[in-house]
Amino acid sequence: LSATPEIPKEDGRPKWDNKFQYILSCIGFAVGLGNVWRFPYLCQIHGGGAFLIPYFIALLFEGIPLLHLELALGQCLRKGSIGAWNTISPYLGGIGVGSWVVSVLVSLYYNTVLTWVMWYFINSFQEPLPWSVCPLNENRTGFNEECYESTAVNYFWYRKTLNITPDIAESGTLQWWLILCLATCWAVVYLCTIRGIETTGKAIYVTAIFPYLVLTIFLIQGLTLPGATDGLIYLFTPNLNTLKNPRVWLDAATQIFFSLSLAFGGLIAFASYNPTKNDCEKDAVTVAIVNSMTSLYASIPVFSVLGFKATTAYWDCLDRNIISIINEFDLPEESITRQNYTSWISFLNSSYPEKIAGLKLKSCNLQEFLDQSVSGTGLAFIVFTQAIILMPGSQAWAILFFIMLFSLGLSSMFGNIEGVFTPLLELRIIPKSAPKELLSGIICLISFLIALCFTLRSGSYWIDIFDRYAGSVPLLVIAFFEVIGVAYIYKIKRFSKDVEWMTGRKLNLYWHITWRFISPLLLLIVFMAFVTLQMQKPPSYTAWNPKYEGFPMKEEKVYPSWVQAICVLLAALPCVCVPLVALFHLVKQKRRSKDPSFVSPEVFSYQGANS
Amino acid sequence: MLRALLLTLSVVAIVHAELCKPDAQNAFKVRISIKTALGDNAYAWDANEEYLFKAMVAFAMRRYSSKSTTQISNVLLCNVTDRVSFWFVVTDSSKNVTTVPGSEVEAAIRMNRNRINSAFLLSDKTLQFLKITSTLSPPVEPSTPVWLIVFGVVLCLIVAGIVFLIVSGIQKHKKKNKESTERENLEEKVEVTLENGIPCEALDLKTGRINGVFAADDERFTSL
Repeated sequence: LSATPEIPKEDGRPKWDNKFQYILSCIGFAVGLGNVWRFPYLCQIHGGGAFLIPYFIALLFEGIPLLHLELALGQCLRKGSIGAWNTISPYLGGIGVGSWVVSVLVSLYYNTVLTWVMWYFINSFQEPLPWSVCPLNENRTGFNEECYESTAVNYFWYRKTLNITPDIAESGTLQWWLILCLATCWAVVYLCTIRGIETTGKAIYVTAIFPYLVLTIFLIQGLTLPGATDGLIYLFTPNLNTLKNPRVWLDAATQIFFSLSLAFGGLIAFASYNPTKNDCEKDAVTVAIVNSMTSLYASIPVFSVLGFKATTAYWDCLDRNIISIINEFDLPEESITRQNYTSWISFLNSSYPEKIAGLKLKSCNLQEFLDQSVSGTGLAFIVFTQAIILMPGSQAWAILFFIMLFSLGLSSMFGNIEGVFTPLLELRIIPKSAPKELLSGIICLISFLIALCFTLRSGSYWIDIFDRYAGSVPLLVIAFFEVIGVAYIYKIKRFSKDVEWMTGRKLNLYWHITWRFISPLLLLIVFMAFVTLQMQKPPSYTAWNPKYEGFPMKEEKVYPSWVQAICVLLAALPCVCVPLVALFHLVKQKRRSKDPSFVSPEVFSYQGANS
Repeated sequence: MLRALLLTLSVVAIVHAELCKPDAQNAFKVRISIKTALGDNAYAWDANEEYLFKAMVAFAMRRYSSKSTTQISNVLLCNVTDRVSFWFVVTDSSKNVTTVPGSEVEAAIRMNRNRINSAFLLSDKTLQFLKITSTLSPPVEPSTPVWLIVFGVVLCLIVAGIVFLIVSGIQKHKKKNKESTERENLEEKVEVTLENGIPCEALDLKTGRINGVFAADDERFTSL
């Protein structure tokens, strides 16, 4: 049974306006916030330029084959994830359901991250930027204590934005400003996905191309900042010794996997709107390469700015020391400069060691400041915002930066929502006469209501949980079953014939080898290593507690048992769909075989292919 | 005569040295950072500037206590360093060789801090009175927070977009429905005459029509 030649040309399925729209949608889905705030961080902590070696190996043996598989599957079967896997075999329908569940969970929390970006965006129109100054305390004698002990940027993020509680068990109340921003974000998502790909196809021209423009502007600006070259040298200097650490290979494999947004079902949905005679092989290679190049391109301005921030912090440290020395010894101003600081210090240390010791000078080391690496929300909302304050014209830079983050996240949201929307449309949840706008409206409304729990004071801890458990392990499991399902159940011979029919040329040996052996093996190894690493220590989190002794350092806490149960549930729910659906069909089969009016199973799958 | 003068001067000097020294009672340390404040336009700290400083402190004391007894000579400066930093003390000319209490001096300086700063083109940070803290000015807060305004604009745009798309979708739907009903009506008008299920227009009346039932079997006809 092959699903290809009988497909009618005009089946009323929406289609892309042109090929470019489709490629841009796939690229927009793949290129997301992780390209900006996770890849540069991994590059930095895993030996700079040396990290590119495991990264490209993972791209070659894991990223591109899986991407090609998903695109070919969607294009060939012309259905969303649930329908496509049901067509291959009803027993494998669970893979589609698992993808759908993951898309739902990820959409919920991803849009809340965009809420934070929007909040910062609308706050960037003020002069001075609200995260640059500490508010005064009640009697106006000094600054707010929490702000003074940490920094103004930290205070704005943890107190003014999140209003975070010291513990995940304390939920606190809903934060009204976050609710407003969340409603706006879901309204934007609804606006863009209101009629499925008809509207996202138009919106993607802006949201996929705009980030590249802003990255280029930041690149030019970043390279002119003092200290940018230090940051870049630090980022790209290869340290081949790190390759001996298996953690590096694991991080490279997981980064490629999550960066390409595989196993969400969104790529299958996008490809299903293509005409069947389309070169999916070239598309897959193009999207994967563009995604990796974007990661590299984005890391240059990020690290220029981080180098600038480290240099400024180093100069501030030096200046503070210089001022204390000048004040203590009553030396004339500008006698000690940053350049002759070390010679002065050695001279003074030899002549007046007690006085120098009494000053309690901090040791200023540029390397130390460069080493302070952060990834994720910390990079965008703490480190980068601090660097933006130091640039001239900070409002403009802040506005540009947050619009860029918003577009990056929005184009990924399109893919997520498409992964939810297309299967529901095919399952005929709402009657055919009802407009598509209604379904997308219902999806956005329900998601908004559920996502309200992320606007609680402990919301950011919950988002970390969703990110770590719902958006990681299930994807590996689903991708593994995808490859196994296509390679060994649908059978590679049949699939290669379908792909040949679509692309017009014979399938390369490379695809045969990777689909059959290398990718499943690699996925299995990555999954085992990932789970083992997670199990090594009890799941913990870092909490922002102003009453902690080590404040402003974050307090390390262990999750309470009910939270741990939720973590396990989040990770297990999508994975468990795969065997559950297979079991359900098996039971249905057994019951049918006991039924006197027995219909053979081949008829069922044949009917599935034609519906 | 000369000896008496020398004696008085030395007594005065000793008394001054007694009153004004680092960490003396009611003495304050001042630290000035001219280069930091003015950069290239920095002026040098010399005796004239010291004279101005004494004048400003005397002015502050006069304004605060509203008695015009404080003279410039009442303000004593000592231990001027290259930094520039020095100690000063205000003596009370009415009482014998005593200094004005520190609290009064502090209050006077605080009241006139702005005037003193502007006389030297400096600020609170660059003209520091080490024991006198300055009250911080609150940040300027507009009546409506700016972010609410921006938020309102963004939300209006988005809602307008959604309404436009929904309305255009409904209009398209209505137009499609109207078109399809019109097409159905048109097709009904066309199929008016039907003969044996075949519309009359399809029948080409010139050439005639072979009835397949009778023409099917050639063997029925006898061959000639």
